Amino acid sequence: MNEQQQTLWQFMQQQSGKLQEQTLQHIGLTFISLCIAVLVGLPLGILIVRRKQLAGLVLGIAGVLQTIPSIALLGFMIPLLGIGPKPAIVALLLYALLPIIRNTYTGILGVDAAVKEAAVAMGMSKWQILFKVELPLAMPVIFAGIRTATVINVGVATLASLIAAGGLGEFIFGGISLNNTNMILAGAIPSALLAVIFDLLLSMVQKISFKRLKRVLYAFPVLLILLCLFYILPAKSESKLIAGFTPEFMGRQDGDLGLRSKYGLKIHTIVISDAVMYKAAFEKHLDVISGYSTDGRLKAYDLVVLDDDKHIFPPYYAAPIVRDDVLKKFPDLEPTLNQLAGKINDSVMTVLNYRTDYLHQSPERVAKDFLVANKLWRAERGGSDGVVRIGSKIFGEQYILANMYSMLIKGYTDHDVSTKTGLGGTKICFDALTNNQIDFYPEYTGTGLLAILQASPKTVNEVTVNRDSTYNYVQRQFESKYQIKWLKPIGFNNAYALMMRQQQAKQLGIKTISNLKRFLDKK
Amino acid sequence: MIKVDNVSKHFGGVKAVDGVSFDVADQENLILLGTSGCGKTTTLKMINRLIEPTSGAIYIDGKNIIEQPPETLRRGIGYVLQNNGLFPHYTVAQNIAVVPNLLKWDKPKTEKRTAELMEKLHLDASYLDVYPNELSGGQQQRIGLARALVSDPPVLLMDEPFGALDNVTRSKIHAEFKALDELKRKTIIMVTHDVQEAFELGDRICLMNKGKIVQSGTPAQLLFNPVNDFVKDFLKHQRLQLEFKAIKLADLWGLLPELNKEAKASSFNAGSNLWETLESFKFNNGETVNISKDQNESKAVSFEQLMSAFYQYKNHQAHE
Ligand SMILES: Nc1ncnc2c1ncn2[C@@H]1O[C@H](COP(=O)(O)OP(=O)(O)OP(=O)(O)O)[C@@H](O)[C@H]1O
Ligand SMILES: [Mg+2]
Repeated sequence: MNEQQQTLWQFMQQQSGKLQEQTLQHIGLTFISLCIAVLVGLPLGILIVRRKQLAGLVLGIAGVLQTIPSIALLGFMIPLLGIGPKPAIVALLLYALLPIIRNTYTGILGVDAAVKEAAVAMGMSKWQILFKVELPLAMPVIFAGIRTATVINVGVATLASLIAAGGLGEFIFGGISLNNTNMILAGAIPSALLAVIFDLLLSMVQKISFKRLKRVLYAFPVLLILLCLFYILPAKSESKLIAGFTPEFMGRQDGDLGLRSKYGLKIHTIVISDAVMYKAAFEKHLDVISGYSTDGRLKAYDLVVLDDDKHIFPPYYAAPIVRDDVLKKFPDLEPTLNQLAGKINDSVMTVLNYRTDYLHQSPERVAKDFLVANKLWRAERGGSDGVVRIGSKIFGEQYILANMYSMLIKGYTDHDVSTKTGLGGTKICFDALTNNQIDFYPEYTGTGLLAILQASPKTVNEVTVNRDSTYNYVQRQFESKYQIKWLKPIGFNNAYALMMRQQQAKQLGIKTISNLKRFLDKK
Repeated sequence: MIKVDNVSKHFGGVKAVDGVSFDVADQENLILLGTSGCGKTTTLKMINRLIEPTSGAIYIDGKNIIEQPPETLRRGIGYVLQNNGLFPHYTVAQNIAVVPNLLKWDKPKTEKRTAELMEKLHLDASYLDVYPNELSGGQQQRIGLARALVSDPPVLLMDEPFGALDNVTRSKIHAEFKALDELKRKTIIMVTHDVQEAFELGDRICLMNKGKIVQSGTPAQLLFNPVNDFVKDFLKHQRLQLEFKAIKLADLWGLLPELNKEAKASSFNAGSNLWETLESFKFNNGETVNISKDQNESKAVSFEQLMSAFYQYKNHQAHE
């Protein structure tokens, strides 16, 4: 425990520059969007007090906006606003609107009718009543709304890192992908602290008596703007090309770190979620991305893989990994799963992925078509001899594989199947496996080596010379460390790769990562 | 001064006010009296255009009130509400200064006027920096009155201004209300459902029922010449007390014996009602009180003499 804390502290010290930058970005994102939300929400709230027939509509829309899952909302923003801070701020703003509009509305409506009537009867105009009576008296309620919006925004802002807007989410999502608890905590603890601190500060403002309210009302906007500057000030540097890497890629030896150390690649990089990266490259928001060599979107968006001429990306052969006790419990499971071994090569997998990711066919259908075409499909036996729990990570290829395995088990054995697809990342999936939440899931040799076993650079160098040595190494290590067995590889190699738009790569004459480096180094 | 001409207000199907007409003379104190829901508040609020009438017209000083912007109209009419409607986020001083600020008075003028009113209403100057919620109900009501009076508007509208007060506080404020010179110069329309209050404070009373005026007249007219059973029934409780309040000393003047005034006894104007005169015997040890009329005439009378004059007067009314 003590050691754990020590290392977290060390991690934070070591990364203090990044931590500070991310924290400031986080505060900036939260408050820029909050500022705009107040500027939009307050007048809207006032408007619907005056025109009550609009109230239902406005509150309804703001309410619906808030029920959209945050990651989906961020996704919707990309075609409209691209990637980076703009869509993130707009998405946050939309989340913050409801509490601000609603509280402005209820706050003003809640002002004592006798007080309002007195104001009218004394001959105050509509605007005088608004600014001298209604708004001051509604202020505590409005502040409560701003407070709620702030806390929501601090939370949702962690997701901004997924569309290259920075913030503490970079650590959190990087940490989840890399199975690095310290990294997760280095992002999660400060963002939780921010939420608590802002909530506390605003609750104090809310309780301030009328006497001092005026002064606070002047100070508040100034403070807001100062906080916004945190984000605007650290301006972006210019670079010829812009790279978008996933949080996972950023922290890996066989990712950004390797690119820097082995190739000496220096490129302006932003952190972005895998879900939007390809499209952003296609739409020219990004030039170089870190993708997977079998990804269907490679085909869909006309991207090319740059040749890894210095071999920094280790092989990522996929194979199901199963806990030993499961194999003992279901002896017929291993031969059933191994039916898929060697059946799917890179180009087959890319096409399958293309069908789900781009043509939006259901993974189930794609899986069934494949099995039928390869004469592996059999009708369900409707067995009830225990349940095998299949896990998968949160991307199309894993869904397809999980579906294939599910069909095989139902067709060839008497076991029933439950699937837990869409487990966030390697860490979540692997923890689910070791904690007996699932029985197996498809994993990649490279991920096992680097993210789970966290092998030293020396070991990595030694074992990644070819696909078999990597596979053998992780198989041995998993068996002894976790009592988990790697079954036979499925065949394809879903390795990391750098990719660019085909047209741009051709135009600039870039075929390999070394080409890319040379191009960037040219003045 | 104020003329309400065949005014109606319908809320959907509800005829809250239905063809009401009355006149209020300059410096008169008119009471709108009636049971709950009979349309008193609605009538009152049409005068400062908090509510616009469905039909009919209202004139102040011969001018139709719809001819000026409502804000301007309202700044010339004081308004006192039942629950005072003080701004909770303003201090007492700021509350009183609302209308002066709207009228763009300079600061010294506002401060001087505020101090004057605070004194007249028996409020300590130390309350000026206090917020309304730190004051008692009676004090809040006085501040509400000060706020309505500050710009010295000729017209004052009051909607159950003393409704929220307990009986003791209320009769104390009644006494102050009658003694306040500021109010003597004003044309006042006051809403109440309290008959005693109406008789105590009103020069004339409009008794309303279901949106219509049943009878209007002086308290004595309503009491001794009711137009129908509704009026009679309405005034039936504590009738004796009402009679004492309705009868002015001037009404009894001819029935009182001629006696020289006594130096030590307390004095009343002939305009005072019998109730307050009789009340004074409770607190003064004196056998008689002095009554003065038109500054030069005066009489000294005892409790018994007053009561006997009262019975003669009533007999006379009954036979009329
Ligand atoms: N804004 C409104 N909308 C609909 N009906 C109303 C409205 N205001 C008043 N009324 C109705 O008009 C009638 C008269 O109301 P008003 O407030 O004038 O009565 P009131 O004599 O002042 O009664 P109270 O002594 O209880 O204050 C009532 O029946 C009331 O329900
Ligand atoms: Mg009323």
